[in-house]
Amino acid sequence: MDRQFWTYLGWRVLQSLVIIAIVIVGSFLLLHLVPGDMVDVLGGQRGDMDAELMATLRERYGLDQPVLVQLLNYVGSVLQGDLGYSYRNATDVLSLVLQRLPATILLVVCSVITAVFFGTMAGVIAARHAHRPIDVIISMIVLVFYATPIFLTGLGLVIVFSVKLKLLPIGGLITPGVDFSFLELVGDVALHLILPVFSLSLFYIAIYARLARASMLQVLDQDYIRTAYAKGLSTYNVIIGHALRNALLPVVTMVGLQIAELFGGAVLTETIFSLPGVGRLAYDAVFERDYPLILGVLLVCAFIIIVVNLIIDIIYTLLDPRVEISR
Amino acid sequence: MRPINLIAGIGAMLCAAAAPIFHAQAEEPVKGGTVTFLMSPAPQILTSAITTAGAEQVVSSKISDSLFTYDFDLNPKPLLAKSYEVSEDGKRVTFHLREGVKWHDGEEFTSEDVAFTTMEVWKVLHGRGRTIFGNVEKVETPDKYTAVFVLSRPSPGMLKSLAAQQAQILPAHLYKGTDILTNPANLKPVGTGPFRVVSFTPGDNLVLERNPDYWDEGKPYIDKLVFRFIPDAATRSAALEAGEAQIAPQNLVPMVDLERLQATGEFEVTTKGYEFQNEMEMIEFNLDDPVMKDIRVRQAIAHAIDKDWIVDNIFFGYGISAKTPLHPQLTELYDASDVPQYDYDPEKAKALLEEAGYKPDANGTRLKLVVDPLPYGEHQNHVAAYMREAFREVGIDLEVRAQDFAGFVKRVYTDRDFQFTVNLLTGGSDPTIGTQRTFWTPSFKPGVGFSNGSHYSNPKMDEILESAAAEMDAAKRKALYHDFQKLAMEDLPVLPLTAVESTTIANKRLKNHTIDANGTYSNFANVYLEPAQ
Repeated sequence: MDRQFWTYLGWRVLQSLVIIAIVIVGSFLLLHLVPGDMVDVLGGQRGDMDAELMATLRERYGLDQPVLVQLLNYVGSVLQGDLGYSYRNATDVLSLVLQRLPATILLVVCSVITAVFFGTMAGVIAARHAHRPIDVIISMIVLVFYATPIFLTGLGLVIVFSVKLKLLPIGGLITPGVDFSFLELVGDVALHLILPVFSLSLFYIAIYARLARASMLQVLDQDYIRTAYAKGLSTYNVIIGHALRNALLPVVTMVGLQIAELFGGAVLTETIFSLPGVGRLAYDAVFERDYPLILGVLLVCAFIIIVVNLIIDIIYTLLDPRVEISR
Repeated sequence: MRPINLIAGIGAMLCAAAAPIFHAQAEEPVKGGTVTFLMSPAPQILTSAITTAGAEQVVSSKISDSLFTYDFDLNPKPLLAKSYEVSEDGKRVTFHLREGVKWHDGEEFTSEDVAFTTMEVWKVLHGRGRTIFGNVEKVETPDKYTAVFVLSRPSPGMLKSLAAQQAQILPAHLYKGTDILTNPANLKPVGTGPFRVVSFTPGDNLVLERNPDYWDEGKPYIDKLVFRFIPDAATRSAALEAGEAQIAPQNLVPMVDLERLQATGEFEVTTKGYEFQNEMEMIEFNLDDPVMKDIRVRQAIAHAIDKDWIVDNIFFGYGISAKTPLHPQLTELYDASDVPQYDYDPEKAKALLEEAGYKPDANGTRLKLVVDPLPYGEHQNHVAAYMREAFREVGIDLEVRAQDFAGFVKRVYTDRDFQFTVNLLTGGSDPTIGTQRTFWTPSFKPGVGFSNGSHYSNPKMDEILESAAAEMDAAKRKALYHDFQKLAMEDLPVLPLTAVESTTIANKRLKNHTIDANGTYSNFANVYLEPAQ
């Protein structure tokens, strides 16, 4: 890697720091605009509380301070690597988020891979047979995937594969209460992931299929493809080696843009399949007004999304040598 | 000291305790097996002594025993306390503790644990505990197996509230001198109960195993108890149907699915085991609102609602049309005789509105109102939607306003910016625990959720409630609460709609899951699972 690359990286890191600062301040202020705080929720949880206990708790949680002081305190502790403490979960925020992160990352990464693989494959096949029956069938199926909401797909898959056929578990990440060896554990997790990954990725399969088909069609029309055929290369070599490489560029761009969206879609999938992921952690935290926890999740997710986009940019240069990195 | 029917009392308790066990033995409990229990929301910690959240209560009652559990009529049954006696003036309550009970870490359970938890945990950190144990001045520990509660006033309600879900006892040797809210044992609890913690995966599952050193020898029967936290209602039904779980309490399976699951012949549904809870669907009128202040408007609203329709169509029959603010399950105190009733009568509602000065305009609308249903489950929303349609007939144009839980609590109890709510209020095992705070003047505390939200204040009502709270004579107490029920329905600061019946659905192979008033909040020592055919 040359010097230009490192300058670029430095700039990107600087940009990312600004973005993260905006995420912290913005979400902090936004959260405090929402009516009701954690003590309201605690007090409301089907019990009665007296004003004295509520005041004690507000003091404990630092909620009696002015918003600006709370913000400064928070930023101060984040700078020291401390994301705060979630009283509702009796655990510090960082370990809570890290505890839940593997499930979400597994889900999102497997879904991206599944979506890109099957989506691109469907797109390439459709493009290869453009305007013929096979293309029409693929396009139709893909349209159905695109139009079906995640929760419907998820529940449908559960009813067929778990309740009726009893082939796959209905939810969770690991069968609880069983002692597994490492290999058995991997197998068990894989079984648990099949349904959630498919229900989350079907929608994205549709998007990538449309995208790959369109850009393949464009690429297949170019002169160098004709040249490649003229050289006597096999169809397989032309499609995979020459056309696909170029046709993949828009797909890769899309992956970068959609990582954030996938994290959002993960909340729904995590709920239906009761996966212990970050999405549900954040969702519950919002309803409980657990500010440090919500901020912690946002911060970690923002960080991941920024890093992923950086990686995507680097992959881009590998796929297309014409793209140069510069600020 | 005057032992209250001590011998007879204990005898009755033992019989009551023995009855279900005897029944179980008749069928020969099967040992072993794993039971999977569905829950939602997921518990965040595993200690209910410092929280009133339901999920924490369900799990920690399996890990830690309490002084008592209660039969279906809310009479105490011995657990860690073998017996108790109350002094003549009602101000000293002596508990005789079971000997030889060990905490899961091997330490002995003593009166020191009871004294510590009462004074430093329940009285300080537990939402309801502060009310229930408010009159406890100190706990004396004359010996290892005796704990004496010294009270400033007699507190008959306290003796109804010593079950594990709201009075969990903590090990003093692990908590004393520490910051209780952040003590690591809140997540790795050490209890006295029939089950020990194996692993806890927050948001996913909790695995408990049989405690081989449990004081009640031979119990529990099952080897493993697995809690799975499944947030989606349809997925929960699917888990039962797929055989991945055996029990789902607390209405966790939607009422529409109950019938379908029962039709398979594999499941049974019970509404027993919620006698300690007594949930009431109620309207709280904001008496500070100029429109709601007029009792004729409140009476008109009462006459415009068909409570039976609500029971049949919104609660699918799992409820009772409410006649008083008390739940009929509170058999000792419930009495609807001579209590004013407001039958469904739209004509009468119109006449009352007319009398209050609300004439119909060109569209037939007499007045516009806004309702805030409690965003907890779907029922309150459905009731509000029903009212919007039903009120049109009497000329009330009703707007239904939506917000999330914290927003609702702030609007109603802090900002007091509302006209009336549809709320779900927990009555508790005694009116002093729940119901009282809705009607008592000192409970009007802006900023405190689920306090006296109506801002109802009647000196006569305060006197009745205060006398009843300290009355040790059962007959006199019943008479006082009868006066309460009459006065509450006369003044109508709150309109009770439905005495809610919660449901537990369980696989028929699962036995003894509901054997007392605490239902699935009990310790599950008697539960067993018949092997599949």
